[in-house]
Amino acid sequence: MSTLMSYTRKDTPVHRLSGFTKLVFFLLWCITSALTYDTRVLGVMLAISIILFRISKIQWQQIGVVVKVIAFFMILNVLAIFLLSPYQGCTIYQSRTVLFSGIPGHDVTAEELFYFLNMLMKYFIMAPAIFIFLVTTDPSEFAASLNMAGVPYTVGYAISIAIRYIPDIQDDYHKIKNAQEARGIEMSGKARLLQRITRIASILFPLLFSMMERIDVVSNAMELRGFGKHKKRTWYMAKKLTGADVTVLLSTLIFCILALFITFYDGNRFYNPFIG
Amino acid sequence: MKQAHRNTIIKFENFSFKYRAQTKPTLRDINLEIHEGEKILIAGPSGCGKSTIAHCINGLITARYPGEISGRLTVGGVVPKEEGVFGMSRKVGTVLQDTDGQFIGLTVAEDLAFALENDRVPQEEMRQKVKEVAELVDMTEYLQHSPTALSGGQKQRVSIGGVLTDEVPILVFDEPLANLDPATGRYTMELIDEICKKRDITVVIIEHRLEDVLHRDVDRIVVMSEGRIVADMSPEELLSTEILNSVGVREPLYVSALKHAGANITPDCLPQHIQTMNVEPFREQLHHWYHSTAVEARAISPKPLLEVKNLSFAYDEEEPVLQDVSFTIHEGEMISLVGRNGAGKSTLASLICGFHKPVLGEICLEGEDMTPLSIKERGDKIGLVMQSPNQMISKPMVFEETALGLKVRGVAPEEIEERVNDTLKICGLYPMRNWPISALSFGQKKRVSIASILVMKPKVLILDEPTAGQDYRHYTEIMEFLKRLNQELGLTILMITHDMHLMLEYTDRAMVLADGKLLADDLPSKILTDEELAKKAYLKKTSLYDLAKKAGISDYSDFCQCFMQYERNQIRQKKGDV
Repeated sequence: MSTLMSYTRKDTPVHRLSGFTKLVFFLLWCITSALTYDTRVLGVMLAISIILFRISKIQWQQIGVVVKVIAFFMILNVLAIFLLSPYQGCTIYQSRTVLFSGIPGHDVTAEELFYFLNMLMKYFIMAPAIFIFLVTTDPSEFAASLNMAGVPYTVGYAISIAIRYIPDIQDDYHKIKNAQEARGIEMSGKARLLQRITRIASILFPLLFSMMERIDVVSNAMELRGFGKHKKRTWYMAKKLTGADVTVLLSTLIFCILALFITFYDGNRFYNPFIG
Repeated sequence: MKQAHRNTIIKFENFSFKYRAQTKPTLRDINLEIHEGEKILIAGPSGCGKSTIAHCINGLITARYPGEISGRLTVGGVVPKEEGVFGMSRKVGTVLQDTDGQFIGLTVAEDLAFALENDRVPQEEMRQKVKEVAELVDMTEYLQHSPTALSGGQKQRVSIGGVLTDEVPILVFDEPLANLDPATGRYTMELIDEICKKRDITVVIIEHRLEDVLHRDVDRIVVMSEGRIVADMSPEELLSTEILNSVGVREPLYVSALKHAGANITPDCLPQHIQTMNVEPFREQLHHWYHSTAVEARAISPKPLLEVKNLSFAYDEEEPVLQDVSFTIHEGEMISLVGRNGAGKSTLASLICGFHKPVLGEICLEGEDMTPLSIKERGDKIGLVMQSPNQMISKPMVFEETALGLKVRGVAPEEIEERVNDTLKICGLYPMRNWPISALSFGQKKRVSIASILVMKPKVLILDEPTAGQDYRHYTEIMEFLKRLNQELGLTILMITHDMHLMLEYTDRAMVLADGKLLADDLPSKILTDEELAKKAYLKKTSLYDLAKKAGISDYSDFCQCFMQYERNQIRQKKGDV
């Protein structure tokens, strides 16, 4: 669990890019893939996503659990659509090719399956983009890149300091949980649900109080060292945009505009292979 | 004194301050002048107003802690109240007591750069300055490390470096020694001294651990009590008076010992450091006192209660945390477990409580192997009190909190009531049983957290740093309370601590851990007079050892015990008088 979604220092072309570039890429990539249903565009984007993912050398244990969670929701999503509107695909593509009919009112159509294919492609386009941003960006650079993207630095810093304190809070949580368990407050599945909720409170309150102590100390420490003095601040860890960054940013922008142009050229964001 | 010709940099004139939430002023009529390049110690018991002085200098008062000021304060030519925290951050660097809590950056470099970032210093210049400061505090190799992964001494270097990047003329240290093991504490004082000399900075240290601060020279000591300055003089002069004792600040042990022996200490004996002090005039008195104080031997029951056999533990195979640790604790003993931060003390306690499973070895209670027992089952016999009461308290009322452990164990309500009331009486909390816990003082909260464990009638009580951050008076209060539990209830107590005084004064035996190994298991007075051992375990040998050596008393350990016996008799007498 400890390495989950965590940054590891590696030297790949993706790691060398500024966090700002990866953030902008992630946003543009997601917006474009959300808007388009053009299968050709999706296909190209999917290929690019997979290649980038390969280049960045992300390891399975860094993302495994998250992939499983995403897969679960993906399946849930597909099932829900099939149950609630089995002919969504037919409406979109204005054609109906029944492959086989089992459950009454829920014929399996080629159009519905094609619609699902498009949806799944979107998942596989977006997931690598977010992994790349989260796993290859040095947490120290996080706040700086958000700030460069126009987010106020106080917000960026709040996120950054949260990252900084996660291990401490985890540590506190385990200490408190152990001590309360030793007092006889059982957290295991044996207790009834209501009991468990009230018992979790016996960890949460002490945890909250120790966190408040921490917050008090750190906010004093930050203020004493001039945090919030000016409207802007500089960043020790900010990476300057290099030629590679500019190239990536520009080509992403051009690609996305082009992709959207192709998508909406015929006035419909769906690519329709059924009506020739 | 030596800087008398220098300019005044901090000046309090008839200064008083009252926090908005309080009815009485915390500082009264303060007149204090601090000169450029001076190194000042402000000492006093908790609540005397010494931290408030620090907050006035760095501008937290009144920016963050509102209240009423009368009189005048100037710091570096400006008035802190007008400049605010940000304005003052250019003049005053503050190092807080909790080094872990004040790290902001994810890496050492970022933490050092934090103040510069806020001052909009361009990246190139910032990198240069961080490099310079890293060299100054000798942390160049660690720039990319996470501050939390550093040792105690390195953390101190980073937190001092973090305020030095600003090139401030004044440094304020707010209890820099709290939570540090003795060796790191001593090291911190050396570091402060070194930096002060390199950069010619004015240093104000707020601390009640006087002996540890005096490891290096200070120019003056300001003693505070109840919001007033009661002394402002050189260490030599101050140690020749009775002022420290009267306000409840602990004197250096060698000074106390000499005074017990009836010595009339004068400034010309140079009492600031035992190494340089002239003890010749008091030699005879000391010998006489030593021979006339009898040491009571304490009988320990031979019945083993907790046995740890060949215990080893590691989170991952590469780095063993504990290696082949074995010891026996007998019924009714009061024992301290000492060693530097990260030596494996807390891990050992976790293993005894069953939070982790040992890799090898076993732990037996009353001859029975505890391996099959769950955390809860062990909790019936072994009580663990955590360092901060806030980590334990989960109910709003004193009675409820104390009753919690019994309630979840399904004890009948009548029995709960009886046992809780009995326990609260023992802990001196009975009159407050219906009070909200939020209305209690820190010491009282600590006692509630002890009571809530005690009520389950454990056989062994383990306390993690029972006196961390407490001044002498509260320290004595908590320790006397624990001593009473030990003597009157026969409770076996194991304390994890790095307070050498605690170990020497209150425990029968001390176990020393270093790098996961049990280095010694002996009388505290023996351990603290063993130079070799002290070095290995990052302990600090007691100044009583140096005193005995200088005065030609050969049995150092016996001399320490004699001193502790004398002090304990005095505390008891005082109680008897009241």
